Amino acid sequence: MSDHNDYLLHLENVSKAYGPKMVLNDIDLAVSQQEFCTVVGPSGCGKSTLLRLILGQEQVSGGRLLMQGRPIGFPGPDRGIVYQRYSLFPHLTILDNILVGKQLSRPFLKSLKGRKSDRDEALHYLQSIQLADHAHKYPHQLSGGMQQRVAIAQAVIMKPRILLMDEPFGALDPGTRELMQMLILELWEAHDMTIFFVTHDLEEAVFLGTRILVLSQFYTHEQDNAPGTLKGARIVGDYPLRRKKASSTSMKATEAFGQFIQKIRAEGFDPEYLQHARQFNLKHPDSFITLAERDS
Amino acid sequence: MPNKLPRFFGLHADPPRGLRVVLALVPFVLLIGLYLIASDIRNTANPQDKLLPGVSKISKAFEKSALKTDKRSDTILLWRDTRASLKRLLIGMSAAAVVGLVLGLNMGLLPGLQCLGLSFITFIANIPPLAILPILFITFGVDELGKTMLIFLGTFPLIARDIYLATRKIPRENIVKALTLGASHFGVVYRVVYPQIIPRLIDTVRLSLGAAWLFLIASEAIASQDGLGYRIFLVRRYLSMDVIIIYVAWITCLAFCFDLGLRQWVALRYPWYDPKADQ
Repeated sequence: MSDHNDYLLHLENVSKAYGPKMVLNDIDLAVSQQEFCTVVGPSGCGKSTLLRLILGQEQVSGGRLLMQGRPIGFPGPDRGIVYQRYSLFPHLTILDNILVGKQLSRPFLKSLKGRKSDRDEALHYLQSIQLADHAHKYPHQLSGGMQQRVAIAQAVIMKPRILLMDEPFGALDPGTRELMQMLILELWEAHDMTIFFVTHDLEEAVFLGTRILVLSQFYTHEQDNAPGTLKGARIVGDYPLRRKKASSTSMKATEAFGQFIQKIRAEGFDPEYLQHARQFNLKHPDSFITLAERDS
Repeated sequence: MPNKLPRFFGLHADPPRGLRVVLALVPFVLLIGLYLIASDIRNTANPQDKLLPGVSKISKAFEKSALKTDKRSDTILLWRDTRASLKRLLIGMSAAAVVGLVLGLNMGLLPGLQCLGLSFITFIANIPPLAILPILFITFGVDELGKTMLIFLGTFPLIARDIYLATRKIPRENIVKALTLGASHFGVVYRVVYPQIIPRLIDTVRLSLGAAWLFLIASEAIASQDGLGYRIFLVRRYLSMDVIIIYVAWITCLAFCFDLGLRQWVALRYPWYDPKADQ
């Protein structure tokens, strides 16, 4: 394992519990710059909890959570977020929603004066998400897909070091969803972004990511014998995916794609299929596990 | 064949435009009609009747209080009373709105202030304001301050609690999003949440106006030299139903216009606030 300062994100032994209920157990994870890291797992396994820990919206119960070598603090401008809903400010027009970050991040008095450069930049982003005609509408006047595009632009314009996305396309219909997937890949490539993307859709995760993490509470480990739901989820699979941007959605139809999804489904989503923590498929070069420390 | 919608009865009724207006007017016409008939019956029996004055008496009283200057005070009484009352109402309500907004907003967002203030305000809100009117009059005097304080104390806890609830309803996601866009704590409270709460504040003030009128009239009735409530309770001594009716109708008119005006203001100024309303 190399020095953790090389990684953008470094989580070691991170756990999260709500009272007696363990949600995340012993998460070890390192994420490099420009990775498009997708997270899948059975519903309720703690995917969103993991994302909120990285975001700083919730605090870890144990372990270390570092970003570029420093402990992660409360939510701040170095981490962008796109939620499934409620990312937009209902009282601002679309253009103002994209501009709002530029204004909020400045001291109050300076921000009162609109800057032409900001406005031009916001308009540029509006064009890149093809919503230039809707600049002066309010969020409630747009469809769900359009709202999510605005939410993405709103976060991307601030150039966060990492963009966190919590099931951002979960509420969209399949057609819109595919368009949004292409859009986020384009933005990811154009802006050299690092993305941490939580989804319940395996196909989406494999299609988008350069790395897929499988989070699951279905495994065996001698130290936590708690049954079923009380067991905290661990990363049971970690695979590198293609390095380049997916060029079209046709890749989803290939046989290899289907087989890989089946494999992950068995590994993470099947309550009957229990691997021991030592046999987890951690194939990604950045992955590591700190079992040895605890066993000794 | 499409179903024919009933015009008036049932769940599926779809009254045509004209009928809607007629239906809205029916209760008003009924009330006025009923009054005129009853007043006519009493006035034929006793021309000196004071209880249900007829149209001619009411219009005479209207002329006397709203059009002609009063000899003793050299003012038109209705306007003078209206001005005095509205001033009290406006000052009391504005203070309640500002204090309610600041308290509700901060308690809704900052857990520390919530612990500090919420139970206290809930407690204060349960004091019947009229019961402490004597205290207010003793403490702040029977002049303007005592009356505006009654309106203020009677309405601000409700406004604060409502704004608190509205603030709590703003999704956590929205606030975290603002933080990730670089907002400070101050920025979240006053630049992200505050503008989202303003239309709700106007709505709450609008609904509190009913209570504010009650407190206004009550305090004017007890100790005052002018004001709409003062006049009503003054002429009650001479059984001047005609003047009372004019004043009551005028107060109702004012209250109705405030309500309508504030609703229109919200609809025009804050089109995002209640998307269903502008359809």
